[in-house]
Amino acid sequence: MARVIVDVMLKPEILDPQGQAIARALPRLGFSGVSDVRQGKRFEVELDGPADEAALSEVRKMAETLLANTVIEDFTIHVES
Amino acid sequence: MSAARVGVVTFPGTLDDQDAARAVRLAGAEAVPLWHAERDLKGVDAVFLPGGFSYGDYLRCGAISRFAPLMEELVPAARDGLPVLGTCNGFQILCEAHLLPGALTRNQGLHYVCRDQRVQVVNADTAWTAEYETGQEIVLPVKHGEGRYVADARTLEALESEGRVVFRYLGGNPNGSLNDIAGITSEAGNVVGLMPHPEHAVEELTGAPSVDGRGFFTSILKKLVNA
Repeated sequence: MARVIVDVMLKPEILDPQGQAIARALPRLGFSGVSDVRQGKRFEVELDGPADEAALSEVRKMAETLLANTVIEDFTIHVES
Repeated sequence: MSAARVGVVTFPGTLDDQDAARAVRLAGAEAVPLWHAERDLKGVDAVFLPGGFSYGDYLRCGAISRFAPLMEELVPAARDGLPVLGTCNGFQILCEAHLLPGALTRNQGLHYVCRDQRVQVVNADTAWTAEYETGQEIVLPVKHGEGRYVADARTLEALESEGRVVFRYLGGNPNGSLNDIAGITSEAGNVVGLMPHPEHAVEELTGAPSVDGRGFFTSILKKLVNA
Protein backbone atom coordinates (compact mmCIF):
# COMPACT_ATOMS: atom_id res chain seq x y z
CA MET A 1 0.00 0.00 0.00
CA ALA A 2 1.24 3.42 -0.87
CA ARG A 3 -0.19 6.89 -1.02
CA VAL A 4 0.60 9.09 -4.00
CA ILE A 5 -0.11 12.80 -3.83
CA VAL A 6 -1.12 14.72 -6.91
CA ASP A 7 -1.04 18.49 -6.54
CA VAL A 8 -2.89 20.46 -9.20
CA MET A 9 -2.35 24.20 -9.62
CA LEU A 10 -3.61 26.71 -12.15
CA LYS A 11 -0.79 27.63 -14.52
CA PRO A 12 1.00 30.81 -13.42
CA GLU A 13 -0.46 32.82 -16.31
CA ILE A 14 -4.07 31.84 -15.48
CA LEU A 15 -5.87 34.32 -13.24
CA ASP A 16 -6.79 32.85 -9.84
CA PRO A 17 -9.52 35.11 -8.43
CA GLN A 18 -10.06 32.77 -5.46
CA GLY A 19 -6.40 33.01 -4.47
CA GLN A 20 -6.59 36.78 -4.86
CA ALA A 21 -9.65 36.98 -2.62
CA ILE A 22 -7.85 34.95 0.05
CA ALA A 23 -4.75 37.17 -0.25
CA ARG A 24 -6.91 40.26 0.20
CA ALA A 25 -8.64 38.78 3.24
CA LEU A 26 -5.43 37.94 5.13
CA PRO A 27 -4.40 41.49 6.10
CA ARG A 28 -7.94 42.11 7.39
CA LEU A 29 -7.44 39.16 9.70
CA GLY A 30 -4.16 40.52 10.98
CA PHE A 31 -1.80 38.40 8.86
CA SER A 32 0.88 40.52 7.26
CA GLY A 33 3.83 39.87 4.98
CA VAL A 34 1.92 37.82 2.39
CA SER A 35 2.59 38.96 -1.17
CA ASP A 36 0.42 36.44 -3.05
CA VAL A 37 -1.78 33.34 -2.62
CA ARG A 38 -2.59 30.74 -5.28
CA GLN A 39 -5.27 28.13 -4.64
CA GLY A 40 -5.04 24.58 -5.96
CA LYS A 41 -6.23 21.03 -5.42
CA ARG A 42 -4.59 18.07 -3.70
CA PHE A 43 -5.52 14.47 -4.49
CA GLU A 44 -4.49 11.58 -2.24
CA VAL A 45 -4.41 8.45 -4.37
CA GLU A 46 -4.25 5.20 -2.39
CA LEU A 47 -2.61 2.37 -4.32
CA ASP A 48 -3.26 -1.34 -3.77
CA GLY A 49 0.41 -2.10 -4.26
CA PRO A 50 3.73 -0.30 -4.00
CA ALA A 51 4.39 3.05 -5.68
CA ASP A 52 6.78 1.61 -8.22
CA GLU A 53 7.65 3.01 -11.62
CA ALA A 54 4.65 1.38 -13.33
CA ALA A 55 2.18 2.58 -10.69
CA LEU A 56 3.51 6.13 -10.80
CA SER A 57 3.24 6.12 -14.56
CA GLU A 58 -0.43 5.15 -14.17
CA VAL A 59 -1.01 7.97 -11.70
CA ARG A 60 0.62 10.36 -14.14
CA LYS A 61 -1.82 9.17 -16.80
CA MET A 62 -4.74 9.68 -14.37
CA ALA A 63 -3.57 13.20 -13.69
CA GLU A 64 -3.25 14.05 -17.37
CA THR A 65 -6.58 12.46 -18.28
CA LEU A 66 -8.86 13.49 -15.45
CA LEU A 67 -7.38 15.10 -12.34
CA ALA A 68 -5.90 18.10 -14.15
CA ASN A 69 -7.01 20.02 -17.21
CA THR A 70 -3.59 20.57 -18.73
CA VAL A 71 -4.95 23.44 -20.82
CA ILE A 72 -5.07 25.57 -17.66
CA GLU A 73 -3.45 23.50 -14.91
CA ASP A 74 -0.06 22.00 -14.02
CA PHE A 75 0.35 19.02 -11.73
CA THR A 76 3.10 17.47 -9.64
CA ILE A 77 3.23 13.94 -8.27
CA HIS A 78 5.03 12.64 -5.21
CA VAL A 79 4.88 9.57 -3.02
CA GLU A 80 3.97 10.21 0.59
CA SER A 81 6.34 8.44 2.95
CA MET B 1 -40.05 14.72 -45.74
CA SER B 2 -39.47 13.95 -42.06
CA ALA B 3 -38.41 16.72 -39.70
CA ALA B 4 -34.77 17.30 -38.86
CA ARG B 5 -33.87 15.48 -35.66
CA VAL B 6 -31.86 17.34 -33.03
CA GLY B 7 -30.57 15.34 -30.05
CA VAL B 8 -30.75 16.99 -26.62
CA VAL B 9 -28.37 15.45 -24.10
CA THR B 10 -29.21 14.92 -20.45
CA PHE B 11 -26.51 14.19 -17.87
CA PRO B 12 -27.23 13.82 -14.16
CA GLY B 13 -27.47 17.46 -13.09
CA THR B 14 -28.40 18.90 -16.46
CA LEU B 15 -31.02 21.64 -15.99
CA ASP B 16 -31.81 23.20 -19.34
CA ASP B 17 -32.65 20.14 -21.40
CA GLN B 18 -36.41 20.75 -21.30
CA ASP B 19 -36.02 24.34 -22.51
CA ALA B 20 -33.56 23.18 -25.15
CA ALA B 21 -35.95 20.51 -26.43
CA ARG B 22 -38.78 23.04 -26.47
CA ALA B 23 -36.69 25.53 -28.45
CA VAL B 24 -35.87 22.80 -30.96
CA ARG B 25 -39.56 21.93 -31.34
CA LEU B 26 -40.63 25.57 -31.67
CA ALA B 27 -38.25 25.89 -34.60
CA GLY B 28 -40.01 22.96 -36.28
CA ALA B 29 -37.48 20.20 -35.65
CA GLU B 30 -37.89 17.00 -33.69
CA ALA B 31 -36.16 16.97 -30.29
CA VAL B 32 -34.65 13.56 -29.54
CA PRO B 33 -33.74 12.96 -25.87
CA LEU B 34 -30.24 11.49 -25.51
CA TRP B 35 -29.19 9.93 -22.20
CA HIS B 36 -25.60 10.28 -21.01
CA ALA B 37 -25.27 6.61 -20.07
CA GLU B 38 -26.31 5.27 -23.47
CA ARG B 39 -23.72 4.83 -26.17
CA ASP B 40 -26.28 5.81 -28.81
CA LEU B 41 -26.82 9.02 -30.79
CA LYS B 42 -30.06 7.59 -32.22
CA GLY B 43 -29.15 8.75 -35.70
CA VAL B 44 -29.75 12.44 -34.96
CA ASP B 45 -28.74 15.16 -37.44
CA ALA B 46 -27.36 17.54 -34.79
CA VAL B 47 -26.79 17.61 -31.02
CA PHE B 48 -27.52 20.21 -28.35
CA LEU B 49 -25.55 19.99 -25.08
CA PRO B 50 -27.59 22.08 -22.65
CA GLY B 51 -26.55 23.86 -19.47
CA GLY B 52 -26.78 22.89 -15.84
CA PHE B 53 -24.41 21.31 -13.36
CA SER B 54 -23.67 17.92 -14.88
CA TYR B 55 -22.20 15.54 -12.29
CA GLY B 56 -22.49 18.38 -9.79
CA ASP B 57 -19.57 20.20 -11.43
CA TYR B 58 -17.36 17.84 -9.42
CA LEU B 59 -13.63 18.19 -10.07
CA ARG B 60 -14.13 20.81 -12.81
CA CYS B 61 -17.23 21.82 -14.76
CA GLY B 62 -17.67 19.23 -17.51
CA ALA B 63 -14.66 17.13 -16.45
CA ILE B 64 -16.67 14.02 -15.58
CA SER B 65 -19.33 14.42 -18.27
CA ARG B 66 -16.64 14.35 -20.89
CA PHE B 67 -16.14 10.64 -20.22
CA ALA B 68 -19.83 9.65 -20.26
CA PRO B 69 -20.62 6.72 -22.58
CA LEU B 70 -22.63 9.01 -24.89
CA MET B 71 -19.61 11.26 -25.32
CA GLU B 72 -17.61 8.33 -26.68
CA GLU B 73 -20.01 8.42 -29.64
CA LEU B 74 -20.43 12.18 -29.78
CA VAL B 75 -16.76 13.19 -29.88
CA PRO B 76 -15.83 11.25 -33.03
CA ALA B 77 -19.14 12.20 -34.68
CA ALA B 78 -18.45 15.89 -34.00
CA ARG B 79 -14.95 15.50 -35.42
CA ASP B 80 -16.58 14.02 -38.54
CA GLY B 81 -18.79 17.08 -38.97
CA LEU B 82 -21.94 16.46 -36.89
CA PRO B 83 -23.28 19.90 -35.85
CA VAL B 84 -23.00 20.28 -32.06
CA LEU B 85 -24.04 23.25 -29.93
CA GLY B 86 -23.04 23.57 -26.28
CA THR B 87 -24.43 26.31 -24.08
CA CYS B 88 -23.06 27.14 -20.63
CA ASN B 89 -22.24 23.75 -19.04
CA GLY B 90 -22.44 22.33 -22.58
CA PHE B 91 -19.69 24.76 -23.63
CA GLN B 92 -17.61 23.69 -20.64
CA ILE B 93 -18.07 20.03 -21.63
CA LEU B 94 -17.03 20.75 -25.23
CA CYS B 95 -13.82 22.40 -23.97
CA GLU B 96 -13.07 19.56 -21.54
CA ALA B 97 -13.62 17.09 -24.40
CA HIS B 98 -11.17 19.10 -26.54
CA LEU B 99 -13.75 19.61 -29.25
CA LEU B 100 -13.16 23.32 -28.64
CA PRO B 101 -9.86 24.85 -27.47
CA GLY B 102 -9.30 26.67 -24.18
CA ALA B 103 -11.22 26.39 -20.93
CA LEU B 104 -13.87 28.11 -18.80
CA THR B 105 -12.67 29.24 -15.38
CA ARG B 106 -14.13 30.92 -12.30
CA ASN B 107 -15.68 34.32 -13.01
CA GLN B 108 -13.19 37.07 -12.35
CA GLY B 109 -15.50 38.77 -9.84
CA LEU B 110 -16.16 35.40 -8.12
CA HIS B 111 -19.91 36.05 -8.27
CA TYR B 112 -22.43 33.90 -10.03
CA VAL B 113 -23.81 36.23 -12.71
CA CYS B 114 -27.45 36.02 -13.80
CA ARG B 115 -28.61 38.77 -16.10
CA ASP B 116 -29.68 39.78 -19.59
CA GLN B 117 -26.55 40.16 -21.65
CA ARG B 118 -25.94 42.04 -24.88
CA VAL B 119 -23.94 39.87 -27.25
CA GLN B 120 -22.52 40.53 -30.69
CA VAL B 121 -22.67 37.84 -33.37
CA VAL B 122 -19.12 38.04 -34.71
CA ASN B 123 -19.31 35.03 -37.03
CA ALA B 124 -22.57 34.33 -38.88
CA ASP B 125 -21.11 31.52 -40.97
CA THR B 126 -21.35 28.62 -38.52
CA ALA B 127 -23.94 25.85 -38.60
CA TRP B 128 -25.70 27.50 -35.66
CA THR B 129 -25.50 31.21 -36.55
CA ALA B 130 -26.21 31.42 -40.28
CA GLU B 131 -29.59 33.11 -39.73
CA TYR B 132 -27.94 36.09 -38.01
CA GLU B 133 -26.12 38.97 -39.64
CA THR B 134 -22.42 39.39 -38.98
CA GLY B 135 -22.09 42.11 -36.36
CA GLN B 136 -25.71 41.77 -35.24
CA GLU B 137 -26.39 42.62 -31.62
CA ILE B 138 -28.65 40.27 -29.69
CA VAL B 139 -29.71 39.93 -26.06
CA LEU B 140 -29.54 36.55 -24.30
CA PRO B 141 -29.65 35.51 -20.64
CA VAL B 142 -26.39 34.51 -18.96
CA LYS B 143 -26.30 32.55 -15.70
CA HIS B 144 -23.01 31.05 -14.62
CA GLY B 145 -20.24 31.12 -12.04
CA GLU B 146 -17.49 29.71 -14.23
CA GLY B 147 -17.66 31.35 -17.62
CA ARG B 148 -14.37 33.15 -17.96
CA TYR B 149 -12.97 31.94 -21.27
CA VAL B 150 -9.19 31.47 -21.21
CA ALA B 151 -6.71 30.08 -23.70
CA ASP B 152 -3.01 30.54 -24.29
CA ALA B 153 -1.90 33.49 -26.41
CA ARG B 154 -1.31 31.36 -29.49
CA THR B 155 -4.77 29.80 -29.36
CA LEU B 156 -6.40 33.19 -28.84
CA GLU B 157 -4.54 34.62 -31.79
CA ALA B 158 -5.58 31.68 -33.97
CA LEU B 159 -9.24 32.00 -32.90
CA GLU B 160 -9.22 35.71 -33.72
CA SER B 161 -7.37 35.45 -37.03
CA GLU B 162 -9.43 32.47 -38.25
CA GLY B 163 -12.73 34.14 -37.39
CA ARG B 164 -13.54 31.47 -34.81
CA VAL B 165 -14.75 33.89 -32.15
CA VAL B 166 -18.49 33.59 -32.76
CA PHE B 167 -19.87 35.79 -29.95
CA ARG B 168 -18.49 38.66 -27.93
CA TYR B 169 -19.97 40.32 -24.85
CA LEU B 170 -21.15 43.88 -25.29
CA GLY B 171 -21.94 46.44 -22.62
CA GLY B 172 -19.85 44.86 -19.88
CA ASN B 173 -18.03 41.56 -19.69
CA PRO B 174 -19.87 39.42 -17.09
CA ASN B 175 -16.96 37.15 -16.17
CA GLY B 176 -13.61 38.59 -17.24
CA SER B 177 -13.49 36.40 -20.34
CA LEU B 178 -10.38 37.08 -22.47
CA ASN B 179 -11.07 39.35 -25.47
CA ASP B 180 -14.70 39.54 -24.24
CA ILE B 181 -15.24 36.10 -25.79
CA ALA B 182 -18.74 34.69 -25.20
CA GLY B 183 -18.57 31.84 -27.71
CA ILE B 184 -16.28 30.12 -30.20
CA THR B 185 -16.40 27.53 -32.95
CA SER B 186 -14.32 24.61 -34.14
CA GLU B 187 -12.13 24.88 -37.23
CA ALA B 188 -14.83 23.32 -39.40
CA GLY B 189 -17.57 25.55 -37.93
CA ASN B 190 -19.87 22.65 -36.97
CA VAL B 191 -19.16 22.76 -33.21
CA VAL B 192 -20.16 25.96 -31.40
CA GLY B 193 -19.99 26.69 -27.68
CA LEU B 194 -21.15 29.77 -25.80
CA MET B 195 -21.93 30.77 -22.24
CA PRO B 196 -25.22 32.67 -22.91
CA HIS B 197 -28.49 30.76 -23.29
CA PRO B 198 -30.31 31.00 -26.63
CA GLU B 199 -32.76 28.28 -25.50
CA HIS B 200 -34.11 30.64 -22.80
CA ALA B 201 -34.82 33.38 -25.33
CA VAL B 202 -37.29 31.88 -27.77
CA GLU B 203 -40.71 32.81 -26.39
CA GLU B 204 -42.38 36.07 -25.38
CA LEU B 205 -44.42 34.23 -22.78
CA THR B 206 -41.56 33.32 -20.47
CA GLY B 207 -40.49 36.89 -19.94
CA ALA B 208 -37.16 36.37 -21.59
CA PRO B 209 -35.42 39.61 -22.56
CA SER B 210 -35.92 38.79 -26.22
CA VAL B 211 -36.62 36.04 -28.68
CA ASP B 212 -33.14 36.53 -30.11
CA GLY B 213 -32.22 32.92 -29.36
CA ARG B 214 -34.52 31.59 -32.09
CA GLY B 215 -31.86 32.17 -34.74
CA PHE B 216 -29.73 29.30 -33.40
CA PHE B 217 -32.53 26.83 -34.01
CA THR B 218 -33.70 28.23 -37.34
CA SER B 219 -30.05 28.26 -38.49
CA ILE B 220 -29.50 24.59 -37.78
CA LEU B 221 -32.90 23.60 -39.12
CA LYS B 222 -32.32 25.41 -42.40
CA LYS B 223 -28.90 23.82 -42.73
CA LEU B 224 -30.25 20.32 -42.11
CA VAL B 225 -33.22 20.73 -44.41
CA ASN B 226 -31.04 22.06 -47.21
CA ALA B 227 -28.35 19.42 -46.68
